[in-house]
Amino acid sequence: MADLSINLAGIQSPNPFWLASAPPTNSGYQVQRAFEAGWGGAVWKTLGEPIVNVTSRFAGLNFGGQRVFGFNNIELITDKPLEVNLKEMDETKKRFPKHTLIASLMVEHKQEAWHEIVKKVEAIGVDGLELNFGCPHGMAERGMGSAVGQHPDLIRQQVEWVKEVAQTPVIVKLTPNITDIRFTARAASAGGADAVSMINTINSLMGVDLDKWLPIPHVDGKGAHGGYCGPAVKPIALNMVAECARDPFVRLPISGIGGISNWRDAVEFLLMGATGVQVCTAAMHHGFRIVEDMIDGLNNYLDQRGIASVMDIVGKAVHTYSDWGHLNLNYKVVARIHEETCINCNKCHIACEDTSHQCIDIVSDAATGKERLVVREEDCVGCNLCSIVCPVEGTIEMVEIPSNQPPLSWNQRQAALAGGGSCET
Amino acid sequence: MSVPSDLQKNFSEVVSALKPKEAVDEANRCLFCYDAPCIKACPTSIDIPSFIRKIATGNLLGSARTIMESNPVGASCARVCPTEELCEGACVLNHASKPIMIGLLQRHATDWAIANKASLFQKGEPAGKRVAIIGAGPAGLSAARELARLGYEVTMYEAKEKAGGLNTYGIVSFRLPQEVSLWEVEQVEALGVKIHTNTRIGVDIMPDELFANYDSVLLAAGMAKVPSLQIPGEELEGVLDAITLVEETKTKPLSAEMVGKKVVVIGAGNTAIDAATCSKRLGADNVQIMYRRTVQEMSCYQFEYEFAKQDGVEFRWLVAPTRVLGEGGRVSGLELIRMQLGEPDAKGRKRPVPVAGSEFVIEVDFVVKAIGQNRHLPLIDLLGLQHQNGIVAVEEGTYRTSNPQVFAAGDVIFGGGKTDAMVVDAANHGKRAAHAIHKAISEKQPV
Repeated sequence: MADLSINLAGIQSPNPFWLASAPPTNSGYQVQRAFEAGWGGAVWKTLGEPIVNVTSRFAGLNFGGQRVFGFNNIELITDKPLEVNLKEMDETKKRFPKHTLIASLMVEHKQEAWHEIVKKVEAIGVDGLELNFGCPHGMAERGMGSAVGQHPDLIRQQVEWVKEVAQTPVIVKLTPNITDIRFTARAASAGGADAVSMINTINSLMGVDLDKWLPIPHVDGKGAHGGYCGPAVKPIALNMVAECARDPFVRLPISGIGGISNWRDAVEFLLMGATGVQVCTAAMHHGFRIVEDMIDGLNNYLDQRGIASVMDIVGKAVHTYSDWGHLNLNYKVVARIHEETCINCNKCHIACEDTSHQCIDIVSDAATGKERLVVREEDCVGCNLCSIVCPVEGTIEMVEIPSNQPPLSWNQRQAALAGGGSCET
Repeated sequence: MSVPSDLQKNFSEVVSALKPKEAVDEANRCLFCYDAPCIKACPTSIDIPSFIRKIATGNLLGSARTIMESNPVGASCARVCPTEELCEGACVLNHASKPIMIGLLQRHATDWAIANKASLFQKGEPAGKRVAIIGAGPAGLSAARELARLGYEVTMYEAKEKAGGLNTYGIVSFRLPQEVSLWEVEQVEALGVKIHTNTRIGVDIMPDELFANYDSVLLAAGMAKVPSLQIPGEELEGVLDAITLVEETKTKPLSAEMVGKKVVVIGAGNTAIDAATCSKRLGADNVQIMYRRTVQEMSCYQFEYEFAKQDGVEFRWLVAPTRVLGEGGRVSGLELIRMQLGEPDAKGRKRPVPVAGSEFVIEVDFVVKAIGQNRHLPLIDLLGLQHQNGIVAVEEGTYRTSNPQVFAAGDVIFGGGKTDAMVVDAANHGKRAAHAIHKAISEKQPV
């Protein structure tokens, strides 16, 4: 059994799986059920001035027969008085002292407001704070949430105010609704944050009802953009985590969030620099019990590789993530089709023929009367499209073709050209 | 006569394994229901949605462990359970689409564990207590596995040459290859359980020795031979017992003596089907199942009935054998009498009544008896246990017999019903009996 405990900026947790601040962490009843199910930590539903919610709040995106490929919501922060939340948090922490309890906070842009709430939540013994600078709907219209997260100056200012009084580690939760998340992550770092978490949800309109001509979901005939999350956002989140992990100016531990549905997703985030992960949509789809396979699968993954601690994989793939200008122009892969498992759907052919580089032929075999799919390797650019559309895993393999050229990146090539024509590496 | 080489092929597994893509596609079709009806329909309560989700996430080790945790003979059950009457029959997708192929997914995960020599469980911290188990079939193995995990020193006594019981000897290879059952035996042995094979109670070891040397004894001896038909001619060469017939196809080189012959199987339970399909696959030209009731009263599973028909087995209802005819000491024919259904018996099944004067004779080379199995009466008496017609009496819920030191599980306590006890029921008995033994021993210990 590998050691699954993590240390995120001084915050200890029995495992890297936390529930993100969201509907699943709305009450002590829910968070305690989650801890019983095995979740290592929970970020409580954001505390602040209680709000009023609308009804009809969530929408799901189904794709190809799979439900909840994406998910969005227009629910705001907690609608319960602060005292009620604090009492339930206190009870939860007392019942589960070893589990990680983080308070998510969002107040107006005032120093004293931040000071006051930080002191109140720390008084009940939370393990850390998460500043919600990410929520994209409703609260942003009131100058909070992602309205802050889109302005590095505001982030830095508010983090500084929090750090003036905070005794526990401060995590800054960032919005993806911004051109380059590194700038806001750097602002959090400059303000003294102990960690960043990303991503919050993405502005989205889930759909339009074809019969009623109304947005989905709508509230009495009107809709507003909601926060998008779920498996569909994972690549966006993973990129933002990796970009911050390799950025020389951010230099903060990262709590990864965005479409994480199982242990495999979690491992990807950990390898790309997240010290732990936060989950919401998958739990909303299936219940808290999904954490059992997350823990079991992660543990088996580590055991099978002889890795003693989950902390040993954190960030291990970050150095492989770079800029396009550093990629080797002389590296070549080509598609190779394994005929023994090919089912002759011809999808690789038509994808290549119509939309890529016209290098997969359908060839009739005179001897057998059967058709075969044959790659003209000399014309293959190694784009991967055929292997992506192939329905049978492993049937189209992208094979590395040894190059007789030394590695050469675009940047090296341009530098060499500028320096007088030799292509040294 | 040499054995045609294709006979052996007839005995390889009929149902193909899921291909990897098929398994993942199917796993992703599972809804992952909460408080799922499939779990409730499984006698061993395997957390089916959980093991299927683990297939979907690529955690095959975890998947196999989830299965085997609840059912120590889960690899065999993946192949022999009547899933359409159990988990798959309960799947909520029956109403909306098609049920999930739970049995085949279970086989996918356990096949992975077999192929990868996965170590699934560890033995518990030694508790300093000893338990003897009589019979190393599904119930006994299941109990042994649980007790070993709880830290007991477990010794099993098995009359046969190999452990595994019915799964090793009694289920046709084309449904359950012997190596699957033997892998389950290895899993139990790997926890330190000692299995003494070729060892009979009352012959090689006396009950008194067991009572003296073990804190508890579990009787899980299963069933004995097929009873006699009680008709003339039964001693003729060519009258076989279905259990022995199946066993020989799993333990000896296949015989060619049935090639081109006519075979009659008496009875219509699952063992009769096994004997009939076995005979067909041994090359018999014509195989008929003769049953004294009708298709409605047959105790075999529906899928077994369909399978036999596809194998070309013929069914004759409302007939009973009255005499085996012979020539030169060998079976040459069978006299039968037509039956009709009368008043229902105690179990509610209509009683077959002979139609006077309706005897007729058919030509036949082999007569296979498959009319149920005897109980191990001498063994039960030797242990001094109370029983009713060979069904060992146990206390409800604790599996404790009339001797407080002795517990019983599996077929020895199974009191009948429509069908024979299923392997999965035996596994469940064994598991529960193990926990009852653990409770009894722990409570007896000084505080």
